[in-house]
Amino acid sequence: MSKTALALFSAAAALIGAPALAQKSAADGIAEYRAMLADGNPAELFEAKGEELWKTKRGPKNASLEHCDLGKGPGVVKGAFVELPRYFSDTGRVQDLESRLLTCMEAQQGFDAKAIAATGFGKGEQRSLEALVAYISAESRGLKFNLPQSHAAEQLMYAAGKKLFYMRGGPYDFACATCHGEEGKRIRLQDLPALYKNPGDGVGFASWPAYRVSSGDLWGMQRRLNDCYRQQRFPYPGYASDATIALATYMGVNSKGAVSSAPALKR
Amino acid sequence: MKTIHLITAAAGLAIVAGCATQAMGPSEAEVDAAANAALKSSFTEKGIAKLDRLQQDAVQKACSGDKAPPAEVTAKLEAEQMASIKWPSDGQWLGDWKAGEKLAQNGRGMTWSDPAGAKSGGNCYNCHQMAKAEISFGTIGPSLYQYGKIRGVTDPASPASQAIVKYTWGKIYNAKAYSACSNMPRFGHVGVLDEGQIRDLMALLLDPKSPVNQ
Repeated sequence: MSKTALALFSAAAALIGAPALAQKSAADGIAEYRAMLADGNPAELFEAKGEELWKTKRGPKNASLEHCDLGKGPGVVKGAFVELPRYFSDTGRVQDLESRLLTCMEAQQGFDAKAIAATGFGKGEQRSLEALVAYISAESRGLKFNLPQSHAAEQLMYAAGKKLFYMRGGPYDFACATCHGEEGKRIRLQDLPALYKNPGDGVGFASWPAYRVSSGDLWGMQRRLNDCYRQQRFPYPGYASDATIALATYMGVNSKGAVSSAPALKR
Repeated sequence: MKTIHLITAAAGLAIVAGCATQAMGPSEAEVDAAANAALKSSFTEKGIAKLDRLQQDAVQKACSGDKAPPAEVTAKLEAEQMASIKWPSDGQWLGDWKAGEKLAQNGRGMTWSDPAGAKSGGNCYNCHQMAKAEISFGTIGPSLYQYGKIRGVTDPASPASQAIVKYTWGKIYNAKAYSACSNMPRFGHVGVLDEGQIRDLMALLLDPKSPVNQ
Protein backbone atom coordinates (compact mmCIF):
# COMPACT_ATOMS: atom_id res chain seq x y z
CA MET A 1 0.00 0.00 0.00
CA SER A 2 2.57 2.57 1.08
CA LYS A 3 4.88 1.56 -1.78
CA THR A 4 2.08 2.15 -4.27
CA ALA A 5 1.29 5.45 -2.61
CA LEU A 6 4.94 6.44 -2.79
CA ALA A 7 5.15 5.56 -6.47
CA LEU A 8 2.02 7.57 -7.17
CA PHE A 9 3.37 10.44 -5.17
CA SER A 10 6.63 10.41 -7.12
CA ALA A 11 4.67 10.40 -10.36
CA ALA A 12 2.65 13.39 -9.21
CA ALA A 13 5.79 15.13 -7.94
CA ALA A 14 7.36 14.61 -11.36
CA LEU A 15 4.27 16.13 -12.92
CA ILE A 16 4.47 19.14 -10.63
CA GLY A 17 8.13 19.59 -11.45
CA ALA A 18 7.74 19.42 -15.23
CA PRO A 19 7.97 23.05 -16.31
CA ALA A 20 6.83 22.47 -19.89
CA LEU A 21 3.36 21.33 -18.86
CA ALA A 22 0.55 23.83 -18.81
CA GLN A 23 -1.03 24.88 -15.52
CA LYS A 24 -4.25 22.97 -16.16
CA SER A 25 -2.68 19.63 -16.94
CA ALA A 26 -0.59 19.75 -13.76
CA ALA A 27 -3.67 20.48 -11.70
CA ASP A 28 -5.47 17.64 -13.49
CA GLY A 29 -2.59 15.32 -12.72
CA ILE A 30 -2.76 16.16 -9.07
CA ALA A 31 -6.53 15.70 -8.98
CA GLU A 32 -6.11 12.32 -10.65
CA TYR A 33 -3.46 11.33 -8.15
CA ARG A 34 -5.70 12.31 -5.26
CA ALA A 35 -8.62 10.34 -6.73
CA MET A 36 -6.42 7.25 -7.06
CA LEU A 37 -5.34 7.58 -3.45
CA ALA A 38 -8.86 8.11 -2.18
CA ASP A 39 -9.64 4.48 -3.04
CA GLY A 40 -7.76 3.33 0.02
CA ASN A 41 -7.02 5.79 2.78
CA PRO A 42 -4.27 4.40 5.06
CA ALA A 43 -5.96 6.32 7.89
CA GLU A 44 -8.17 3.22 8.21
CA LEU A 45 -5.24 1.35 9.71
CA PHE A 46 -4.88 4.06 12.35
CA GLU A 47 -8.62 3.98 13.03
CA ALA A 48 -8.52 0.24 13.72
CA LYS A 49 -5.50 0.62 15.99
CA GLY A 50 -7.18 3.51 17.79
CA GLU A 51 -10.35 1.56 18.47
CA GLU A 52 -8.28 -1.22 19.98
CA LEU A 53 -6.31 1.26 22.11
CA TRP A 54 -9.58 2.80 23.33
CA LYS A 55 -10.82 -0.60 24.54
CA THR A 56 -7.55 -2.08 25.80
CA LYS A 57 -6.53 -1.96 29.47
CA ARG A 58 -3.25 -0.06 29.57
CA GLY A 59 -1.05 2.18 31.68
CA PRO A 60 -0.02 2.03 35.36
CA LYS A 61 -3.69 1.68 36.37
CA ASN A 62 -4.35 -1.04 33.79
CA ALA A 63 -7.58 0.59 32.56
CA SER A 64 -9.20 1.21 29.19
CA LEU A 65 -10.48 4.58 27.99
CA GLU A 66 -14.05 3.33 27.73
CA HIS A 67 -15.19 5.60 30.57
CA CYS A 68 -13.48 8.69 29.15
CA ASP A 69 -15.89 11.61 28.83
CA LEU A 70 -15.26 13.40 25.54
CA GLY A 71 -18.12 15.80 26.21
CA LYS A 72 -21.18 13.70 25.52
CA GLY A 73 -20.93 11.54 28.63
CA PRO A 74 -18.54 8.79 29.76
CA GLY A 75 -17.70 6.41 26.94
CA VAL A 76 -19.70 8.21 24.22
CA VAL A 77 -17.50 8.46 21.11
CA LYS A 78 -19.98 8.95 18.28
CA GLY A 79 -20.59 12.63 17.62
CA ALA A 80 -18.10 13.81 20.25
CA PHE A 81 -15.44 14.98 17.80
CA VAL A 82 -17.61 17.52 15.95
CA GLU A 83 -18.38 19.30 19.27
CA LEU A 84 -14.77 19.81 20.32
CA PRO A 85 -13.12 21.95 21.67
CA ARG A 86 -15.64 22.50 24.49
CA TYR A 87 -15.67 23.37 28.20
CA PHE A 88 -15.21 20.54 30.73
CA SER A 89 -16.28 21.23 34.29
CA ASP A 90 -14.01 18.59 35.86
CA THR A 91 -10.85 20.30 34.59
CA GLY A 92 -12.34 23.81 34.40
CA ARG A 93 -10.80 24.16 30.94
CA VAL A 94 -11.84 24.37 27.32
CA GLN A 95 -10.22 21.32 25.76
CA ASP A 96 -9.71 19.94 22.27
CA LEU A 97 -9.73 16.22 21.54
CA GLU A 98 -6.02 15.73 22.16
CA SER A 99 -5.98 17.73 25.39
CA ARG A 100 -9.01 15.76 26.60
CA LEU A 101 -7.38 12.43 25.75
CA LEU A 102 -4.37 13.45 27.86
CA THR A 103 -6.75 14.15 30.76
CA CYS A 104 -8.34 10.70 30.44
CA MET A 105 -5.02 8.89 29.95
CA GLU A 106 -3.75 10.47 33.16
CA ALA A 107 -6.89 10.19 35.31
CA GLN A 108 -8.04 6.76 34.20
CA GLN A 109 -4.91 4.96 33.00
CA GLY A 110 -2.32 6.63 35.20
CA PHE A 111 -0.11 7.95 32.40
CA ASP A 112 1.89 11.17 32.92
CA ALA A 113 0.07 13.71 30.71
CA LYS A 114 2.88 16.28 30.93
CA ALA A 115 5.45 13.73 29.79
CA ILE A 116 3.28 12.68 26.83
CA ALA A 117 2.71 16.34 25.86
CA ALA A 118 6.49 16.84 25.89
CA THR A 119 7.10 13.77 23.69
CA GLY A 120 7.93 14.46 20.05
CA PHE A 121 5.33 13.76 17.37
CA GLY A 122 5.40 10.19 16.08
CA LYS A 123 7.16 8.86 19.17
CA GLY A 124 6.10 6.87 22.24
CA GLU A 125 2.57 7.56 23.48
CA GLN A 126 2.19 10.24 20.80
CA ARG A 127 1.80 7.27 18.46
CA SER A 128 -1.16 6.10 20.57
CA LEU A 129 -2.69 9.57 20.37
CA GLU A 130 -2.42 9.52 16.54
CA ALA A 131 -4.40 6.30 16.41
CA LEU A 132 -6.92 7.44 19.01
CA VAL A 133 -7.72 10.71 17.20
CA ALA A 134 -8.10 8.74 13.95
CA TYR A 135 -10.63 6.40 15.59
CA ILE A 136 -12.54 9.08 17.46
CA SER A 137 -12.77 11.48 14.51
CA ALA A 138 -13.82 8.63 12.19
CA GLU A 139 -16.77 7.96 14.52
CA SER A 140 -18.04 11.45 13.57
CA ARG A 141 -17.31 11.20 9.84
CA GLY A 142 -20.17 12.73 7.87
CA LEU A 143 -21.52 14.67 10.86
CA LYS A 144 -21.66 18.46 10.96
CA PHE A 145 -19.50 20.59 13.22
CA ASN A 146 -21.50 22.13 16.03
CA LEU A 147 -19.23 23.41 18.81
CA PRO A 148 -21.02 24.61 21.94
CA GLN A 149 -20.63 28.33 22.69
CA SER A 150 -22.97 28.72 25.67
CA HIS A 151 -20.32 28.69 28.42
CA ALA A 152 -18.47 31.97 29.06
CA ALA A 153 -15.14 30.10 28.90
CA GLU A 154 -16.02 28.82 25.40
CA GLN A 155 -16.87 32.34 24.23
CA LEU A 156 -13.64 33.68 25.69
CA MET A 157 -11.63 30.91 24.02
CA TYR A 158 -13.22 31.72 20.65
CA ALA A 159 -12.45 35.43 21.01
CA ALA A 160 -8.87 34.75 22.15
CA GLY A 161 -8.48 32.37 19.20
CA LYS A 162 -9.60 35.07 16.80
CA LYS A 163 -7.06 37.44 18.34
CA LEU A 164 -4.27 34.88 17.88
CA PHE A 165 -5.41 34.14 14.31
CA TYR A 166 -4.74 37.76 13.35
CA MET A 167 -1.65 38.23 15.53
CA ARG A 168 1.44 39.09 13.51
CA GLY A 169 4.88 38.30 14.83
CA GLY A 170 8.26 36.78 14.06
CA PRO A 171 10.87 37.81 11.49
CA TYR A 172 8.40 37.56 8.56
CA ASP A 173 5.47 39.44 10.21
CA PHE A 174 3.24 36.42 9.56
CA ALA A 175 -0.11 35.75 11.21
CA CYS A 176 -2.39 32.75 10.54
CA ALA A 177 -4.42 35.28 8.54
CA THR A 178 -1.51 35.98 6.18
CA CYS A 179 -2.17 32.66 4.44
CA HIS A 180 -5.72 31.88 5.56
CA GLY A 181 -7.33 35.33 5.60
CA GLU A 182 -8.51 35.48 1.99
CA GLU A 183 -10.40 33.13 -0.30
CA GLY A 184 -8.90 31.33 -3.28
CA LYS A 185 -5.22 31.75 -2.39
CA ARG A 186 -2.44 29.18 -2.50
CA ILE A 187 1.23 28.67 -1.60
CA ARG A 188 3.01 27.15 -4.59
CA LEU A 189 0.29 24.73 -5.79
CA GLN A 190 -1.20 24.10 -2.35
CA ASP A 191 -4.70 25.54 -1.94
CA LEU A 192 -5.21 27.45 1.31
CA PRO A 193 -8.54 27.25 3.12
CA ALA A 194 -10.03 30.58 4.25
CA LEU A 195 -10.29 29.98 7.99
CA TYR A 196 -11.88 33.23 9.22
CA LYS A 197 -15.17 31.75 8.00
CA ASN A 198 -16.67 28.35 7.18
CA PRO A 199 -14.51 27.12 4.27
CA GLY A 200 -16.98 24.32 3.44
CA ASP A 201 -17.59 20.60 3.95
CA GLY A 202 -14.42 18.58 4.52
CA VAL A 203 -12.16 21.62 4.10
CA GLY A 204 -9.80 23.19 6.65
CA PHE A 205 -10.77 22.35 10.23
CA ALA A 206 -13.24 19.73 8.90
CA SER A 207 -10.45 17.70 7.25
CA TRP A 208 -8.12 17.04 10.20
CA PRO A 209 -6.88 14.60 11.55
CA ALA A 210 -5.53 13.36 8.23
CA TYR A 211 -3.13 10.82 6.78
CA ARG A 212 -0.23 12.61 5.08
CA VAL A 213 1.11 10.67 2.11
CA SER A 214 4.26 12.79 1.96
CA SER A 215 5.36 11.83 5.46
CA GLY A 216 3.40 8.59 5.92
CA ASP A 217 2.02 9.82 9.24
CA LEU A 218 -1.37 10.44 10.75
CA TRP A 219 -1.50 14.08 11.82
CA GLY A 220 -3.93 15.36 14.41
CA MET A 221 -4.93 19.03 14.56
CA GLN A 222 -2.21 19.62 17.17
CA ARG A 223 0.51 18.52 14.75
CA ARG A 224 -1.11 20.51 11.93
CA LEU A 225 -1.09 23.70 14.02
CA ASN A 226 2.44 22.99 15.25
CA ASP A 227 3.74 22.89 11.68
CA CYS A 228 1.76 26.01 10.77
CA TYR A 229 3.50 27.89 13.58
CA ARG A 230 6.86 26.51 12.44
CA GLN A 231 6.30 27.89 8.95
CA GLN A 232 4.97 31.11 10.46
CA ARG A 233 8.49 31.38 11.99
CA PHE A 234 7.03 31.55 15.50
CA PRO A 235 8.49 29.91 18.62
CA TYR A 236 7.31 26.40 19.54
CA PRO A 237 3.66 25.95 20.63
CA GLY A 238 3.20 23.39 23.39
CA TYR A 239 1.16 20.25 22.66
CA ALA A 240 -2.44 20.79 23.83
CA SER A 241 -1.49 24.35 24.90
CA ASP A 242 -4.14 27.05 25.31
CA ALA A 243 -3.01 28.96 22.20
CA THR A 244 -3.58 25.90 20.01
CA ILE A 245 -6.92 25.13 21.69
CA ALA A 246 -8.02 28.76 21.25
CA LEU A 247 -7.22 28.61 17.53
CA ALA A 248 -9.03 25.27 17.20
CA THR A 249 -12.06 26.78 18.96
CA TYR A 250 -12.00 29.75 16.55
CA MET A 251 -11.76 27.53 13.46
CA GLY A 252 -14.22 24.97 14.81
CA VAL A 253 -16.92 27.51 15.63
CA ASN A 254 -16.37 29.17 12.23
CA SER A 255 -16.88 25.76 10.62
CA LYS A 256 -20.35 25.33 12.14
CA GLY A 257 -22.43 23.16 9.80
CA ALA A 258 -19.43 21.88 7.81
CA VAL A 259 -19.41 18.10 7.31
CA SER A 260 -16.36 16.40 8.82
CA SER A 261 -14.28 14.25 6.45
CA ALA A 262 -11.71 13.36 9.12
CA PRO A 263 -9.55 11.40 9.09
CA ALA A 264 -8.92 12.70 5.58
CA LEU A 265 -6.15 12.07 3.09
CA LYS A 266 -3.55 14.72 2.26
CA ARG A 267 -0.69 14.90 -0.23
CA MET B 1 -45.21 48.00 47.70
CA LYS B 2 -41.79 46.94 48.85
CA THR B 3 -42.20 43.54 47.20
CA ILE B 4 -43.10 45.08 43.85
CA HIS B 5 -39.96 47.21 43.95
CA LEU B 6 -37.83 44.18 44.67
CA ILE B 7 -39.36 42.20 41.82
CA THR B 8 -38.86 45.07 39.41
CA ALA B 9 -35.28 45.45 40.52
CA ALA B 10 -34.65 41.72 40.16
CA ALA B 11 -36.17 41.71 36.66
CA GLY B 12 -34.02 44.66 35.74
CA LEU B 13 -30.93 42.84 36.95
CA ALA B 14 -31.92 39.73 35.03
CA ILE B 15 -32.21 41.75 31.83
CA VAL B 16 -28.79 43.31 32.42
CA ALA B 17 -27.29 39.90 33.19
CA GLY B 18 -28.94 38.42 30.11
CA CYS B 19 -27.46 41.11 27.92
CA ALA B 20 -24.05 40.63 29.47
CA THR B 21 -23.85 36.91 28.78
CA GLN B 22 -25.69 36.58 25.48
CA ALA B 23 -25.30 39.70 23.44
CA MET B 24 -21.99 41.11 24.63
CA GLY B 25 -19.73 38.14 25.30
CA PRO B 26 -16.31 38.79 26.83
CA SER B 27 -15.03 42.36 26.99
CA GLU B 28 -12.08 43.60 24.92
CA ALA B 29 -9.92 43.65 28.05
CA GLU B 30 -10.88 40.08 28.97
CA VAL B 31 -10.03 38.86 25.47
CA ASP B 32 -6.67 40.65 25.48
CA ALA B 33 -5.85 39.17 28.88
CA ALA B 34 -6.85 35.66 27.76
CA ALA B 35 -4.86 35.89 24.51
CA ASN B 36 -1.79 37.19 26.34
CA ALA B 37 -2.06 34.50 29.00
CA ALA B 38 -2.34 31.86 26.26
CA LEU B 39 0.76 33.21 24.52
CA LYS B 40 2.71 33.19 27.75
CA SER B 41 1.73 29.67 28.77
CA SER B 42 1.87 28.09 25.30
CA PHE B 43 5.13 29.01 23.61
CA THR B 44 8.72 28.02 24.34
CA GLU B 45 11.88 28.81 22.42
CA LYS B 46 13.20 26.16 20.07
CA GLY B 47 16.39 26.36 18.02
CA ILE B 48 16.74 29.82 16.50
CA ALA B 49 13.06 30.65 17.21
CA LYS B 50 13.26 32.54 20.51
CA LEU B 51 10.41 34.02 22.50
CA ASP B 52 11.29 37.58 21.42
CA ARG B 53 9.52 36.70 18.16
CA LEU B 54 6.26 37.24 20.03
CA GLN B 55 7.25 40.83 20.90
CA GLN B 56 5.46 42.90 18.28
CA ASP B 57 6.89 46.07 16.77
CA ALA B 58 4.63 49.00 15.81
CA VAL B 59 3.80 47.57 12.36
CA GLN B 60 2.93 44.12 13.66
CA LYS B 61 0.83 45.57 16.45
CA ALA B 62 -1.16 47.88 14.16
CA CYS B 63 -1.70 45.14 11.54
CA SER B 64 -2.98 42.42 13.90
CA GLY B 65 -6.72 43.02 13.56
CA ASP B 66 -9.39 41.71 11.22
CA LYS B 67 -9.68 45.23 9.82
CA ALA B 68 -7.01 47.55 8.41
CA PRO B 69 -5.90 50.36 10.74
CA PRO B 70 -7.04 53.96 9.98
CA ALA B 71 -5.32 55.78 7.09
CA GLU B 72 -3.46 58.21 9.35
CA VAL B 73 -1.94 55.27 11.26
CA THR B 74 -0.77 53.48 8.11
CA ALA B 75 0.63 56.73 6.65
CA LYS B 76 2.75 57.31 9.76
CA LEU B 77 3.99 53.72 9.83
CA GLU B 78 4.84 53.81 6.12
CA ALA B 79 6.87 57.01 6.55
CA GLU B 80 8.82 55.46 9.46
CA GLN B 81 9.51 52.26 7.53
CA MET B 82 10.57 54.25 4.44
CA ALA B 83 13.05 56.26 6.46
CA SER B 84 14.71 53.05 7.69
CA ILE B 85 15.43 51.59 4.23
CA LYS B 86 19.12 51.17 3.41
CA TRP B 87 19.81 51.76 -0.26
CA PRO B 88 22.71 49.87 -1.91
CA SER B 89 25.93 51.03 -0.30
CA ASP B 90 27.92 51.17 -3.57
CA GLY B 91 25.17 52.39 -5.93
CA GLN B 92 25.05 48.93 -7.51
CA TRP B 93 21.37 47.89 -7.86
CA LEU B 94 21.41 44.70 -9.92
CA GLY B 95 23.24 41.40 -9.46
CA ASP B 96 22.92 38.03 -11.19
CA TRP B 97 19.44 36.86 -12.23
CA LYS B 98 20.56 33.21 -12.23
CA ALA B 99 21.43 33.44 -8.54
CA GLY B 100 18.20 35.39 -8.08
CA GLU B 101 16.12 32.59 -9.62
CA LYS B 102 17.70 30.06 -7.22
CA LEU B 103 16.97 32.37 -4.33
CA ALA B 104 13.39 32.91 -5.49
CA GLN B 105 12.85 29.13 -5.56
CA ASN B 106 14.25 28.70 -2.06
CA GLY B 107 11.60 28.88 0.66
CA ARG B 108 13.84 27.87 3.52
CA GLY B 109 14.96 29.86 6.51
CA MET B 110 14.17 31.24 9.96
CA THR B 111 12.06 28.31 11.23
CA TRP B 112 12.92 26.50 14.46
CA SER B 113 14.17 23.57 12.34
CA ASP B 114 16.65 25.71 10.37
CA PRO B 115 20.24 25.77 11.66
CA ALA B 116 21.61 28.98 13.19
CA GLY B 117 23.50 31.16 10.73
CA ALA B 118 22.02 29.49 7.64
CA LYS B 119 21.21 31.89 4.80
CA SER B 120 17.53 32.22 4.04
CA GLY B 121 15.82 31.87 0.69
CA GLY B 122 13.71 34.59 -0.92
CA ASN B 123 10.45 32.58 -0.72
CA CYS B 124 9.28 34.40 -3.87
CA TYR B 125 7.54 31.53 -5.70
CA ASN B 126 5.63 30.64 -2.54
CA CYS B 127 3.44 33.68 -3.20
CA HIS B 128 4.22 35.07 -6.69
CA GLN B 129 4.23 33.94 -10.28
CA MET B 130 7.61 34.86 -11.77
CA ALA B 131 9.33 33.00 -14.65
CA LYS B 132 6.75 31.44 -16.99
CA ALA B 133 8.44 28.03 -16.90
CA GLU B 134 7.76 27.62 -13.17
CA ILE B 135 4.15 26.56 -12.84
CA SER B 136 4.35 25.82 -9.12
CA PHE B 137 3.78 29.35 -7.83
CA GLY B 138 1.59 30.80 -5.10
CA THR B 139 -1.04 33.50 -5.43
CA ILE B 140 -0.95 35.38 -2.11
CA GLY B 141 1.01 38.14 -3.87
CA PRO B 142 0.46 39.56 -7.38
CA SER B 143 2.02 37.96 -10.46
CA LEU B 144 5.51 39.30 -11.18
CA TYR B 145 5.73 37.68 -14.62
CA GLN B 146 7.32 40.20 -17.02
CA TYR B 147 7.74 42.58 -14.08
CA GLY B 148 10.42 44.69 -15.79
CA LYS B 149 9.12 44.31 -19.32
CA ILE B 150 5.60 45.65 -18.67
CA ARG B 151 7.15 48.59 -16.83
CA GLY B 152 9.22 49.42 -19.89
CA VAL B 153 12.62 48.61 -18.39
CA THR B 154 14.95 48.00 -21.33
CA ASP B 155 18.11 49.25 -19.61
CA PRO B 156 17.98 49.09 -15.79
CA ALA B 157 20.99 51.44 -15.58
CA SER B 158 19.29 54.21 -17.56
CA PRO B 159 17.93 57.33 -15.82
CA ALA B 160 14.48 56.48 -17.22
CA SER B 161 14.47 53.25 -15.20
CA GLN B 162 15.74 54.82 -11.98
CA ALA B 163 12.34 55.31 -10.33
CA ILE B 164 11.15 51.73 -10.82
CA VAL B 165 14.58 50.33 -9.91
CA LYS B 166 14.57 52.26 -6.65
CA TYR B 167 10.98 51.29 -5.86
CA THR B 168 11.75 47.60 -6.44
CA TRP B 169 14.72 47.71 -4.07
CA GLY B 170 12.64 49.43 -1.44
CA LYS B 171 9.77 46.96 -1.83
CA ILE B 172 12.06 43.94 -1.33
CA TYR B 173 13.95 45.64 1.49
CA ASN B 174 10.83 46.77 3.35
CA ALA B 175 7.41 46.12 1.79
CA LYS B 176 5.74 47.89 4.71
CA ALA B 177 7.19 51.24 3.57
CA TYR B 178 4.71 51.14 0.67
CA SER B 179 1.81 49.34 2.33
CA ALA B 180 1.94 49.19 6.12
CA CYS B 181 0.01 45.93 6.44
CA SER B 182 1.34 44.17 3.35
CA ASN B 183 1.53 40.37 3.65
CA MET B 184 5.12 40.50 2.37
CA PRO B 185 8.01 40.13 4.82
CA ARG B 186 10.54 42.96 5.30
CA PHE B 187 13.47 41.00 3.93
CA GLY B 188 16.17 43.66 4.20
CA HIS B 189 14.80 45.43 7.26
CA VAL B 190 14.99 42.33 9.46
CA GLY B 191 18.20 41.06 7.86
CA VAL B 192 16.70 37.92 6.32
CA LEU B 193 18.33 38.80 2.98
CA ASP B 194 21.60 40.68 2.62
CA GLU B 195 22.45 43.33 0.02
CA GLY B 196 23.99 40.84 -2.39
CA GLN B 197 20.92 38.61 -2.28
CA ILE B 198 18.61 41.58 -2.86
CA ARG B 199 20.72 42.58 -5.89
CA ASP B 200 20.26 39.10 -7.35
CA LEU B 201 16.49 39.29 -6.87
CA MET B 202 16.52 42.76 -8.43
CA ALA B 203 18.22 41.25 -11.51
CA LEU B 204 15.63 38.48 -11.67
CA LEU B 205 12.87 41.10 -11.76
CA LEU B 206 14.49 43.83 -13.87
CA ASP B 207 17.21 42.37 -16.11
CA PRO B 208 15.78 42.18 -19.66
CA LYS B 209 17.60 38.84 -20.05
CA SER B 210 15.96 37.33 -16.94
CA PRO B 211 13.39 34.55 -17.58
CA VAL B 212 10.88 36.72 -15.72
CA ASN B 213 10.97 39.22 -18.60
CA GLN B 214 10.66 36.77 -21.51
